[in-house]
Amino acid sequence: MCDAAASLRLPGSGLGWLDAARAEALRAFAERGLPDQRNELWKYTSLRALAQRSYAPGDADATNRDVDAALLQPSPVPGPRAVFVNGAFRGDLSELDSLPEGVAVRSLASALHESPEPLRFLLDRRADADDDGFTLLDRAVAADGLVLSVAAGVEVPESLHIVHIGVAADTAAAWHLRSLIELGEGARLRLVEHHIGAEQTGHLANLVRDISVRKGAHLDWIVIQQASADAALFRRSKLRLQDDASVDFHALELGGKLARHEIRAELAGAQSRFVSRGAFVLHGRQHADMEVLVTHRGRDTLSNAVWRGVADDRARGVVHGRILVQPGADGADGSFYNKNLLLSPDAEIDTRPALEIYADEVKANHGATVGQLDEQVLFYLRSRGIPLELARRILVRAFCSVTLDGIEPASLREHCEALLAEQLPEARA
Amino acid sequence: MLKIENLHARIAGKEILKGLSLEAKAGEVHAIMGPNGAGKSTLGNVLAGRPGYKVTDGSVTFDGKNLLELEPEARAAAGVFLAFQYPVEIPGVNNTYFLRAALNAQRKARGEQELDSMQFLKLVRGKVNEMGMTPELLNRAVNEGFSGGEKKRNEVFQMALLEPRLAILDETDSGLDIDALKQVAAGVNALRSPERAFLVITHYQRLLDYIVPDFVHVLADGRIVESGDAQLARELEAHGYGWVREHASAGAGA
Repeated sequence: MCDAAASLRLPGSGLGWLDAARAEALRAFAERGLPDQRNELWKYTSLRALAQRSYAPGDADATNRDVDAALLQPSPVPGPRAVFVNGAFRGDLSELDSLPEGVAVRSLASALHESPEPLRFLLDRRADADDDGFTLLDRAVAADGLVLSVAAGVEVPESLHIVHIGVAADTAAAWHLRSLIELGEGARLRLVEHHIGAEQTGHLANLVRDISVRKGAHLDWIVIQQASADAALFRRSKLRLQDDASVDFHALELGGKLARHEIRAELAGAQSRFVSRGAFVLHGRQHADMEVLVTHRGRDTLSNAVWRGVADDRARGVVHGRILVQPGADGADGSFYNKNLLLSPDAEIDTRPALEIYADEVKANHGATVGQLDEQVLFYLRSRGIPLELARRILVRAFCSVTLDGIEPASLREHCEALLAEQLPEARA
Repeated sequence: MLKIENLHARIAGKEILKGLSLEAKAGEVHAIMGPNGAGKSTLGNVLAGRPGYKVTDGSVTFDGKNLLELEPEARAAAGVFLAFQYPVEIPGVNNTYFLRAALNAQRKARGEQELDSMQFLKLVRGKVNEMGMTPELLNRAVNEGFSGGEKKRNEVFQMALLEPRLAILDETDSGLDIDALKQVAAGVNALRSPERAFLVITHYQRLLDYIVPDFVHVLADGRIVESGDAQLARELEAHGYGWVREHASAGAGA
């Protein structure tokens, strides 16, 4: 997966500190390798099948590839957009002219080319205990990414779309992106992240991002994942929230062969707030692994998570919700609720809620279930004339729809609902 | 319209119906009464096609068709409606959406044009006025958080909208106070018509003061042991079900 990494011409190479950091990360990766199932955060996700495959290091033609127009406009919601194709930023396909004053969107490659020093804190890091093979590999070879900042006090009126597109390359390629998103004090942004792919593209994407939400800032972040059916997608997102900052996160995970998202939200500031709503709907042999790890560090912080999982056929889902309340985070209020639905006897979902509390006056709740569609409810619908398959679809959609509550604008929510409906059993047949 | 002959049915290996026969014609209201465990609800569930019930003998024809070989949704499209004793709550499914999906699925199955949302809303508004339904309940999830009375009224409202040819009310009166009972009965009476038959399953005679049946049948131990007119219900009320058993065994002995 990292062969020939050294031969890759990476942006910013020649900078002493960057070369050294990359070399060190590569050494650490060679030592640690990819995570295996002894790692608590990878317990239910095996990478053995992936290790059998080979990936070219990046797509050399990523900046020239033609892209179907439908992929460029994955949702009907208007707004500026930054487009990545096979791991490379495509200024020619992006639409960033309408960004308001105070909002800067650049590719990592151009940021490193123009002014690398402000990114040093992000990239010049030593391997630590939290790093796994994917973050190390990313640090060693990430060739691009998104550098986004919203200045203090700026409220971005339109949704900003980040569109990750996978298209067919000569050989299956692996790419690694490193992104930084910063919201200044009191800033507001709605970020809609799309993952979409042409069919039959078996790429591997590895995305690592740091998201910093300063005092009183608010981020709405919606991830709509429709990666192509043979794609592998690994993401780690670290969010850090200062005093009174808030993040509303929504995820709709529908695509990919193996899709993982490790979300680490640190509620560092007092009264900061992280609300997450997510659903995956899997079929065939899809595998999804959602790790939602919240750390309460500030006082009177709030985290609230509602996740739903649906697996049909031989699909496999994993949900891990962990709430860690650190000493001093008094008055924290954390909850994690996860319900899952198995539509086939061969499907499997593992859910593990975990609470670790080291502070006082803390409210913490969690609950997780795995079950099947209620026969009584199915019969009720059928007794009113609704055919079995439609009844199943109605119930699965209802099961997931709670996770779409709060998505704005309404057109985006409707778009998500339509995608969900397409993914349901009969619609696929 | 409905002809049940020598029906035997079991659930979880236990025989509940043991040779039940009954015939109902269009326009008739049949009350099915009987003690707990007699098989009243089983009859309703077998007719509607609830999974888990196994018919071991006998036949049920509906408009000349073998009802028992149809899936529940096909029975509904053919005109069978069961008002549930315990209507289920369906979180996340809007009541109006549900009603439209049901009505259109039935229309589609019958080869009729489906209604678009404007046509459907017009129809629903008309029925809301007719049935004295609380319009607010239509915007909520199906039965979620409804009171017992609201759930039963919602069943009758669905019936009014779906216009079945055979309506089976399974203890629709259970758990209702007198005001709710009157409302439900008024809803049912409004739907009485020469084209429609009713099976009103109830434990108590009280409901039959408001829905006056043409025929009353007493079900005991899986069979109909006594049939009569509305007067039979009043005698039952006066003498209790013990009277029927004695009466029936005396009759059988005679």
